Parts: sequence; structure tokens; C-alpha cells
Amino acid sequence: MSSLEDLYREVILDHYRSPRNRGELASPPALRVEGFNPLCGDEIVVYLEVRDGVLVDIKLTGHGCSISQSSSSLMSAAVKGKPVSEVRGIIANFKQLMTGVEATLSDEKPAAPVDLRAMGELAALQGVVKFPVRIKCATLAWNTLTQGLDELD
Amino acid sequence: MASGELVSSFDPRRVRADTPLLRRVINERSITYLDSASSSLPPRAVIEAMGRYYEMRHANVHRGVYQTANEATAVYEGARESVASFINAPGGANEIVFTKNATEAFNLLAKSWGAKNLKAGDVVLVSEMEHHANIVPWFQLRELNGIEVRFIPVNDDYRLDLTNIESLMENVKLVSLTSMSNVLGTINPIKDLAALAHRHGALFAVDAAQSIAHSPTDVTELDVDFFIFSAHKMLGPTGIGVFWTREAILDAMPPFLGGGGMISDVRTSGYTPATGPSKFEAGTPPIGEAAGLGAAVLYLEGLGMTNIVEHERHLTYDALTRLASEFDGRVRVIGPSDTHNRGGVISLDIAGVHPHDVAQVLDQFGVCVRPGHHCAKPLMRRFGLAATARASFGPYSLTRDTDVLIEALHHAVTMFG
Repeated sequence: MSSLEDLYREVILDHYRSPRNRGELASPPALRVEGFNPLCGDEIVVYLEVRDGVLVDIKLTGHGCSISQSSSSLMSAAVKGKPVSEVRGIIANFKQLMTGVEATLSDEKPAAPVDLRAMGELAALQGVVKFPVRIKCATLAWNTLTQGLDELD
Repeated sequence: MASGELVSSFDPRRVRADTPLLRRVINERSITYLDSASSSLPPRAVIEAMGRYYEMRHANVHRGVYQTANEATAVYEGARESVASFINAPGGANEIVFTKNATEAFNLLAKSWGAKNLKAGDVVLVSEMEHHANIVPWFQLRELNGIEVRFIPVNDDYRLDLTNIESLMENVKLVSLTSMSNVLGTINPIKDLAALAHRHGALFAVDAAQSIAHSPTDVTELDVDFFIFSAHKMLGPTGIGVFWTREAILDAMPPFLGGGGMISDVRTSGYTPATGPSKFEAGTPPIGEAAGLGAAVLYLEGLGMTNIVEHERHLTYDALTRLASEFDGRVRVIGPSDTHNRGGVISLDIAGVHPHDVAQVLDQFGVCVRPGHHCAKPLMRRFGLAATARASFGPYSLTRDTDVLIEALHHAVTMFG
């Protein structure tokens, strides 16, 4: 069962059972972005409030598996209160963590290995890489957040 | 735990031995295949029939005059005969059209028969428990010519709500229903509903994808008008499905896909379609797959469909009983709780554990179940679910499979607390 425990680490189960930043923000002023995974039916709604280049608040609703729900909870805890430029960096690091399987274009330079210590609790999601079909669960919230930030730019 | 023995000549352990894939070891455990509702496992006889075609008889059909081309045609047309006999088609092989799958057969029904015979205001009556294959083509036809698509509701007991069926029949020209729900396992009263449709002057189509390998089929006795299924849910290969209708209806249907094989003549000014099933089989058909389908039919007939029904009813009763008693109510079966008019499809909703996580944990035990909406989103919405984890039986299933399923479910429930 070792690989299963690698996937479902205690941090992930904790965020699944007690999701952080759950709820809604008044929109406007907050931006509301929806994300779907049509294959498994997972749905997520991300509420973003950016003021003076800082992501001052983030809330999430939706439903899905433990991986998508814990990933969105971990994401919200990692990005809340951070400048948008820093949030973009966290997203890039997380996406790279998931590239164990998600292939980059062949002419892209291989990026430096992700510093897992700098990622804090997010590093718990690295076990997902061994389960290719679940990567989309883990990245749903992050893609939705990216979409929202792009809209605000 | 006894392993599903029966007194008749049918022996699921023989079927198991005939099925090569069941020798697989997954995560250091023997595979426990509980996803036959999604796709069933072919016995060696099916694989060998396809191999024989490719090794010894490969040629295109209906064209060559050389020996192997004649043999290929005989294999292909022989499969048509076998299928016609298997479902007791009153007009024989001339009523059997081979398609890519059941979905394509529904598109043939909607886009050929439907586009010709249905006009704005006409109603196609389906149900809330249909697969998307029996919903979306009707919505597409609605966009084209303004038909209405109406839904028979599903009751809280997971069966069709037929209380208002007479009023639902107003302006209905076609009733199109599944004979067995791919989510609930519910078996619908097709014969009675076909008679009702006919009383109202409507035709009746059956989505038999789920029932075809799990109950005897007699379209003459059912007195239906269209009957659709796919080979890979009846121990056959992927890539071939079946569309049956009575010869008179088939002859009046306009062609669907155009190209070679479906014509009797082509000029610079136009074309004349072929007659019979060929009219609907444009291009080189799935010949190797037809060989596999023909072998699957013979194999199922050898097992005996009534034996399969009895075997799967026994497995389903045993599984429903144990699932109801072992998990203190945490595991809920989304489907009828008894085996009356119910097949071996068992959808599970587990409190606090998402179906994808259930399936992931089960995979570690070598257990294959299907998480998701099962291409039946209206039904999922009806019961307020995003997804279920679905286990389903085939003729090779044993109570031993249920033992492993329950062991793995206990692990999932414990893990997610």
C-alpha cells in the first residue's frame, strides 16, 4: 500500500476533511471564476480579491475528490495575502511539481528541480505524479486561479 | 465463501479460465474485474476468431472474387446471421446493420429515421435513466427540426415513474428507453411499454447495451421496433455495434453515412443507394470485429443466457445483502435494493469518500470499478450526485470478487475516516 499512502498523505486528508478558505466572496468586488473537469464531474469556484497588486483574499466552493479538494485548499492557504507576482511564482512551481508526467514542449528548456522545502505543505501533493489520471484533479484549482489572474491582468 | 457454483453445465470458473485477461496480476493481487457494465472481457474464442480472420482470411468484403475475399465475406455475413438468430430478428440477417458502436446506432436512428419521420412538435419520449447516447442525438435532432424531447421521471425507488405515462404519451412518435440502466441496474418493463407505445401510435426503440449479455433477448416476442447494442459489452470486441429494426422500416430509412459500399450506382449526376443493411454500412466495415462478435454470440449461446441470468442474480443478491449489512449505513447502493427486475450493476455512494478516491483505493487491491457519472448526468442530477463508484458483474464473476471488493471498501472507509 506504500504508493497509496504516498498519494493520500496525512496533510492531504487533513485539508480534504477540513478545507481552508471555504466559502464565497461578494462578486463584485471579488472576481468569480469557475473550473470544471468534465471527465469526472469535479467543479470548483474560486473567488479572488486583488487590491494594489496583492491577492488580499481568496475563497473556494465546489465539490470533487480528495485530491482536487485538498489541492484547492492547500493552494488557497499558500497564495492568500501574497503579491500577485509571487502567486504566479507559486503557481509555476506547483505546475512544475506536477510535470513528472505533464510533458513540456520538446524545445522548452528543462526547468530546475522544484525546491520541495520551499513549497511547504504543497509538497505533500508530489505523490500525485505517480497517478497520471489524478494530475488533472490536483491542477484544477490552479488552472482556475491562473484563469482568474489572467482576467484581472 | 462459496464461489458461485451452479448445478447446470454452466460453470463461471470455466468462463474465467476461458478469459485470458483474468490471469492478470495488478499491484501484486489477482485482478478483480468488476467493470463489465463498461466493457466486458472477451474469452479466448473471440480473440482467436479475430486472429483467424487476420491471419488466414484477411481481405475486404463484398468485392473480391478470390478465395480469401469470399471467406472474409462469409465471416462478416455469418456474424450477421448469428446476431439475427441471437435476438430472434423476425426478418433475419437482412434486418441487422453493423455500426461502430451503440452510440453510432443511436445516431443512425435519430439522423436517418428521426430526421425523415419526425417534425416540429413531435415528441421523442426517453427517461431520466438514459445513457447520453440515447439523449444527445435527440437534442441534436431538436436543434435541426424542433422536435420535443420528453423525459419519463425516475422514482425514489430507482424505477421509472409510470403514474402519468398516458398523459406523457401525448404527441409521442417514438419511445426510446434503456432495457437496463447502466447506473442503477434497473430492468425496465420493455414489453409492456412497447405495447403501450403502439397503442398510442408510436414506435419503440430499445437501448439494450446493458441487457444484451445479461438476459435472453427476443425482439419478436418483445414486439419492439428498434433494438441497439454493442459487441464489447457482450464479451465481443470494441469497434462494432448493432442496429436492428424491422425490414419494412429499414427499407424506408434514408441512408446515413455516404461513401463506398452503401450505393447501387453512382453517376456524375447523383447516386442510388444500396438496399438492405449495406445502405447503412458505408466504407470498409469492421470485419475482424464482426468475426469476434459472431464468436461472442456463439460463446454466450453455449453458456446459456438463462444460466447467466441466474448466476448474476445470485451474485447480485449476495453483494447487495453484504453491502447493506457490513458498513453501518456508510455505503449506500444507488439502485433497487432487491434483485427483482434488477441486473448486476451496483452503484455505490460512500459517505465522506469521493468515488474517484474509492476507485483509487480499490485499484491497489487489483479491483476494477468505474467511478464517474457513467454518461448519465441527468440521472446523477436527479439523485443529487456528481458521481458513483460502480461495480458490475459478468458471467466470469464469482462471489470471491465481491469478497475482495468488500475488503477493499473497508480499507477505503477506514482510510478516509
